[in-house]
Amino acid sequence: MLAQQLTNGLVLGATYALFALGFTLMFGVIRVINLVYGFYFTAGAFIVLFLTRTLGWPIAAALPAAALLSGCIAIVIDALLLTRLRRVGAPELSSLMVTLGAVLALYATATAVLGPDIKRFPASVIGAEAMEFASIRITQAQVLILLATAVLVGGLLALMQGTRLGLALRAMAENPDAAGLMGIDTGRLAALVSFISGALAGAGGVLIGLNFNAIQPYMGEAMMLRGFVVIIVGGLGDIRGALIAGLLLGVVEVLTAGYVASGLKEAVAFAILVAVLWFRPAGLFGRAVARRA
Amino acid sequence: MPPWLDDLFWTYQNLVYALGINGLLALSIYVVLAVGQLSLGQAAFMGLGAYSSAIMTLKFKLPFLLVLPASCIVPVVFALLIGGPTLRLSGVYLAIATIGLGEVLRAVYLNIEWLGGALGLSGIPERAGIVSIYGLLILALLVLWIVGRSHIGRAMEAMRTDETAAEVMGINVARYRLGALLASAILAGFAGALSAHVSSFISPNEYAFEPAVTILSFALLGGIGTPIAPVLGAFILTLLPELLRGLADFRLVFNGVIIVIAVLFLPNGILPFRLRRHGR
Amino acid sequence: MPAILELSGLTRRYAGLVAVDSVDLAVTPGTIHAIIGPNGAGKTTLFNLISGITPPSEGQIRLLGHTVTDEPAYRRAALGMGRTFQNIRIFAAMTVLENVLTGLAPRFPGGLAAVIALLPSLRRAERSAVARARDVLDRVGLLSKADTPAASLPYGDQRRLEIARALASAPRLILLDEPAAGMNPAETAALALLVRKIRDAGTTVLLVEHDMSFVMNLSDHITVLNFGRRIHDGPPGDVKRDPRVIEAYLGPKVAARLAAQRQTTPGP
Repeated sequence: MLAQQLTNGLVLGATYALFALGFTLMFGVIRVINLVYGFYFTAGAFIVLFLTRTLGWPIAAALPAAALLSGCIAIVIDALLLTRLRRVGAPELSSLMVTLGAVLALYATATAVLGPDIKRFPASVIGAEAMEFASIRITQAQVLILLATAVLVGGLLALMQGTRLGLALRAMAENPDAAGLMGIDTGRLAALVSFISGALAGAGGVLIGLNFNAIQPYMGEAMMLRGFVVIIVGGLGDIRGALIAGLLLGVVEVLTAGYVASGLKEAVAFAILVAVLWFRPAGLFGRAVARRA
Repeated sequence: MPPWLDDLFWTYQNLVYALGINGLLALSIYVVLAVGQLSLGQAAFMGLGAYSSAIMTLKFKLPFLLVLPASCIVPVVFALLIGGPTLRLSGVYLAIATIGLGEVLRAVYLNIEWLGGALGLSGIPERAGIVSIYGLLILALLVLWIVGRSHIGRAMEAMRTDETAAEVMGINVARYRLGALLASAILAGFAGALSAHVSSFISPNEYAFEPAVTILSFALLGGIGTPIAPVLGAFILTLLPELLRGLADFRLVFNGVIIVIAVLFLPNGILPFRLRRHGR
Repeated sequence: MPAILELSGLTRRYAGLVAVDSVDLAVTPGTIHAIIGPNGAGKTTLFNLISGITPPSEGQIRLLGHTVTDEPAYRRAALGMGRTFQNIRIFAAMTVLENVLTGLAPRFPGGLAAVIALLPSLRRAERSAVARARDVLDRVGLLSKADTPAASLPYGDQRRLEIARALASAPRLILLDEPAAGMNPAETAALALLVRKIRDAGTTVLLVEHDMSFVMNLSDHITVLNFGRRIHDGPPGDVKRDPRVIEAYLGPKVAARLAAQRQTTPGP
């Protein structure tokens, strides 16, 4: 029973980590809390729904296509809303507000166009049958989530640590002005980061949509709370921290729901957030520096 | 009251109440924006005021004269809990924590039977009215106007413009921030209690993400140069969907777009004037 | 006379970089004390440490006999320290007078309750603050512009306004971060006059500056930083002769050549 709970918790946590990964990357490198991020998540899920249900694509083709497309949406949003603010050096709260207004408009439009009801993937998209290892049941969707999280986190870490591009990104995270002087094209890098994080969010939306088989315009909004918990507990801008914090949060939520009360999941997640803010504002692992006001 | 005015009032009673309550909510976000911070907890604070006051009225049968002032206690406790750690850090932490608060409280209201669960609380007696709503709105405006014209208002504008420079001038930035957040929680708590006691019914979904963003749009449309500006913004955004029926369906889209336009093109709102402060 | 500002072993590290490296410094009251050094020597970081914007990694700061190492910036200001910034940071939307009045924030008695109660003592405080602010504006030559928006002032006047704002609370010590940056020779000369006036009125001046002739003519004492370390400390006359200073400014090759020249052709 406990082993089953822990497995479910880890899978749930992997989706949280996946969701928060691009969010924290965006903050770390371009210093923006982009609240439209939740919408990329919704967009990814709906794109796959369209591709699989209407066009009959297999999930193996639809998933990368959705990631690609939501990445492109992210570039467009970034260019429309944030480039101008970056140019005039507006305070970071301006970008937070502008993305907040935009995401409300986008969710409300999506609801008006697509309807507020919950939609499901066609049954053919992914097998519902579960495998069993030592009495732990795990579905194909759950295996896919774990694999995708491992691949994407590994890939992102390899990109940041092992490539010239990663070096440029880290330089920009450290000091954008200096990076600009060193001949790094910060505008293009910002677009690239937007693309990567938009693609990550889109992929995350698909996987979580598969896991719960429930797709709905505001599904990204519901994930934002978890995203906030993960990036603050893991440390703003810390990729490894986001992975660990995501897994931790998933396990804690499943255990709370299993042994305390399922209605308290969110409250427990938020209590963790507030406790970390009080006692470890730089994040549980303290690598990221909490920027003082 | 002449009969035609009486008729008019009864027809538009709910709108008149909504204008006043939204005016208070606009002031609640104004005090935070005025010190250069961003709180998205206004709807959450309002919900705490609404729920705590409804409980006091329904379950403890307390008189409204006691309930209304007491309705700010729970919001203030939550403001201290969240403001304590975040106000020492950069502004994004307060914004993040307050968005989270709204989501969490919604889940809590939904899941606690004593608070009515998904159905919310109903049968709240109609004890608030024009006098309590507009009395509080005018009082709040007056206080904020006086404070805004004093050295405190000067300090608030200074820290909104440049925190570091303000602190170096001897302004205790952290104290002002906490004071502003508490004032904001108090105003939102009152607004919540008033709305619960004119609408007779409250439900968990009224205080989450969408109302929080809507309240922000009031202040961004009006501007934050004077306390009148956000109230005007609230009036416009409350009246417009009533006047343009076609707009009502797209109210949320419209409010979101207002924020985008205001941040990008109208950083001082439609009333860009500021309070002048001289020792004359 | 005890030092008005005393730094001991002051250090600030960033990831992989020591911006300020165990600096000791004592500023004598009533002097103009300059800190110079090539770009990236850590001068502005040092100012941020002294004024409380950046917390130090190690070391101690004493101001007027109090240890203020862990005190927030506003409390250091209230103790008697004012500062200006390298990139002008006035409150642009406010008028010139209002800018100076913000510098008087710690002088107002009572808090919110006093304001709401419309206490007469507060009215009096406001009146005396305005009188004081006008007086300071007069000293820096901006009184005639008291009611204009600060943003519309010409560059040189904005720098003066920043100095006036820092002087408003009659600080015992004022930190000027590159006050002459971007000024033309006439403005620089007027600034030198103003800085002397500030010192003669009893405020100790600590300044960071690039303009060498400005510093040499004005200062009573000069400290030279390079790569975050103090490499020279003494009266202005000694600085030009210190080989370490020449090397820091001109690089080791040029310094060696100069030293060789000096040996072959004895100076005047």
